Amino acid sequence: MSLIDKTEKRVMMASGAVLALFLFSVLYAKGKYKSDLPECLPYSKAYETPKVTKLDDSTYQVFAVAQMWQFQPSEIYVPVGSEVDFFVTSKDVVHGFNILLKNVNMMAIYGNINKTTVKFDKPGVYKITCHEYCGVGHQNMQAQVIVNYPTEPPPNLPR
Amino acid sequence: MQVSKSFKRLIFWELGIPVSLLIIGIYHGLMQTIYRSGVIHQSSFAHLDYYQGLTMHGVINALVLTTFFAVAFGHACITFYLKKEPNKVLGWLSFALMIVGTVLATGAMVSGKASVLYTFYPPLKAHPLFYLGLALLIVGSWIPLYDWARMYVKWKAQNPLVKTPLAVLGTLINFTIWFVCTLAVAYEVLVLLLPWSMGWTPGVNVTFARTLFWFFGHALVYFWLLPAYIMYYTILPKVADGKLYSDLAGRIALFGFLLFSIPVGVHHQFSDPSIERGTKFFAGLLTYGVAIPSFITAFTLAASLEYAGRKRGAKGLFGWMGKLPYLDPNKYLFAYMICGLILFIFGGLTGLVNASYQLSSVIHNTAWLPGHFHMTVAGPVFLAIIGMSTYLYSKMSGKRVFLPKVNVIIPYLWVIGVLIFSTGLSWGGLIGEPRRTNLGLSYLNPSNELFRPDWVPTTMLALCGGIIMFIAGVLFFIVFFGTMLRKQTEEGILELPVSEAYHDERRVPLFDQFKPWLITMAILIVLAYVPAIMNVMKNTGPKAPRFTPDNPVPVAILNK
Repeated sequence: MSLIDKTEKRVMMASGAVLALFLFSVLYAKGKYKSDLPECLPYSKAYETPKVTKLDDSTYQVFAVAQMWQFQPSEIYVPVGSEVDFFVTSKDVVHGFNILLKNVNMMAIYGNINKTTVKFDKPGVYKITCHEYCGVGHQNMQAQVIVNYPTEPPPNLPR
Repeated sequence: MQVSKSFKRLIFWELGIPVSLLIIGIYHGLMQTIYRSGVIHQSSFAHLDYYQGLTMHGVINALVLTTFFAVAFGHACITFYLKKEPNKVLGWLSFALMIVGTVLATGAMVSGKASVLYTFYPPLKAHPLFYLGLALLIVGSWIPLYDWARMYVKWKAQNPLVKTPLAVLGTLINFTIWFVCTLAVAYEVLVLLLPWSMGWTPGVNVTFARTLFWFFGHALVYFWLLPAYIMYYTILPKVADGKLYSDLAGRIALFGFLLFSIPVGVHHQFSDPSIERGTKFFAGLLTYGVAIPSFITAFTLAASLEYAGRKRGAKGLFGWMGKLPYLDPNKYLFAYMICGLILFIFGGLTGLVNASYQLSSVIHNTAWLPGHFHMTVAGPVFLAIIGMSTYLYSKMSGKRVFLPKVNVIIPYLWVIGVLIFSTGLSWGGLIGEPRRTNLGLSYLNPSNELFRPDWVPTTMLALCGGIIMFIAGVLFFIVFFGTMLRKQTEEGILELPVSEAYHDERRVPLFDQFKPWLITMAILIVLAYVPAIMNVMKNTGPKAPRFTPDNPVPVAILNK
C-alpha cells in the first residue's frame, strides 16, 4: 500500500501553491511598495530628547519620546507631502506607537530606538495611539500629527 | 481500563482546580467587554481594577487552565495507551508544585500588586511572588514529561516494531515543545525578573526579556493546541462513527509542530526595535512553515468526517456535512470538537495575517489580535478542554453527565458568541482600536475629548458576543459541577474513544523516533534565535529600572 494517496498528493501541491503565493505577495509588497517593518537602529542617548527637526521643505525628523502617560512632542505640525522619519523610544515602561491609516506600528522601549519613515500626502489630523498597556493612565495616552490643518501652528510650537 | 483510586483523584484535582478558577477568568472576560464598550466609565468594578481583571483573565485562562489540563489529559493518554499508570509520587509532586505556584500567582494578582498582564513585560514590575508562582507552575508541569518519557522508552524496548500510538506520540511531542520553550521563560523569570523585582539587580534589558518571552510565547500557542489536535486525530473520527483518513498524516503534522513551534516566535516582535529586518523576515518565512501541519490537518479531518458522513448514508458532494451527529447528547464530544474546528478556520486565517511581514503593521497590538486568538485558544482549545474535562470526569467517576441536552448545546452557543465577539474585535482592530485598554474611560466615553464614535459599533458587537460567551460559560459550570454533585451509578474507568485509521500505513521508522526531529528542531532554533539575540545584544542601550503601573517614577527613587 502506498504511503500517500492521490488526493493527498493533490492537496499537498495545492497547499504548496498557496504558501508560494503568500510568499510572493510579501516579497512583491516589499519591492514594489517599499512596505517594510521598522528599521533597526543602535541605541543613542540623543534620541531621548524629544524634538521636531525640519531637514528641508518636505523632510522632517521627529524624535518621539513615550512616557507614562504621554507622548513628547504631543502635537507635530508638518505640511502636506512631507516625508517624516519617526525615531521612537521610551523613558519608562513599554509603550505602543500606532499611527492609524499610515500603518506606522512600533513598540517604544527603554534603551532601544525604533525608526520608520512615512509620507503624509493628505491634510488632516493623524492620531498617535499608545497600544501597549503602560499602567493606570494607558487609555489617555494619545498624540497627533497635524498635516496642514487647520492653519499655521501657534508660534510657540516647533515647526 | 481500571485505574487506581490515587490516579483518579489526581486527575479530578487537576481538572477541578482550574475549572473552578475559570469562574474568575470568565467573569473578567465579560467585564472587559462591558468596560470596553463604554457601558461603564470606571477604572474598577466591585473593587477589582480593569487591568487587574485583565491580568487574571489572561493568567488563569491561558496559563493555569491550559497547563493543568495538558498535564491531566497527558496522564490520561499515556496511561490509557501504554496500559500503565504513571509514578504516583511524581504525579502528586507535579500537582503540588503547580498548585502552590497557582496560589502564589493568584494571591499576587488578587492583592493588586501584579497588574502586569499575562505577558508581564518589564520594566513594569509585579510582586516577586507572581514570578515565583509562574515558575513553580512551569517546573511542576515538567515532571510528568520525565516520567512519561521513562515509560515510553520502556514500552518501546518491549515493542520495537509497533507504531507508537498517535496520542502518545502527540503527548510526548507537545511536552517536548513545552519543556524547550519554557526553559527560556524560566530563565527570564528566575534569572532576569525575580532578582530585579526584589531590587537585587538594578536593571533589566527589556528587549532581551521580550525575546525570551516570545521564544516561549508562540510555542505556548501550540502547547495549548496540541491536546485538541490529539483529540481531533484520535477521538473525533470515532465519535463521528468514521475512521481517521490517514494515520501517517497525523504523525507528519505532529513532527511539523515539533520543528516549527519555537523558531517562529520572533514574528511577535515585528514591531520591536533592535531586531534587524532580516531576522524578522526569516521568522515570517518559518511561520508559513507552521501553516503546513495545519493544512495537513484540515484536509485529513475533513476527509475523515466525509468518510463518517458517507458511512451514515450521506449522498452527493456535500451531503456528508448534514449527516454528522451534531446534537447527539451521547456523542457530545463531537459537538465540542466540530465547533472548535469551525472557529479554527477563521482563527487560522487571521493568524496567517498576523504572521505576514507587512500586514503585521496594520494590526499589531490592535483589537484584531484578541479577535484572532479568541478563535484559537478560546475556540478549539477551550472547547476541547471543557468538553474533555466533563468527559474524563464523568467516565472516571462513574457519574452520568448532568443535563446532557444542555451540555450538547453549550459549544454551539459558544461558537455564536465568539463569532460575534471576534467580528467586533477584528473590525475594531482594523480601524485602530487598541487591545488591552480600558476604552470606557476615554475613547468610548462621550464626555471625554478622546471619544471615538466609530468604535461604538465594534465594541458593542464585542459586548453582545461576550454576553453570549458568558452564558455558555455559566451553562458549562452548571453541567460540570452538577455532574460532580451526582451519585455514582457506574464503575469509574479510564476510557477514551479510539479511532481506527482508514489508511493505516505501515510503520515508517522516520516518523516513529525522536532523534532526527530533535536535531532539526535544535538547528532551526539556533538559526532563528542566535541572530535575534545577537541583534538585541548589539543594539540595545541601558537596562531599565523597576516601575509600578501607577507611577512614572522608578521604584528605586520612590523608596529613597
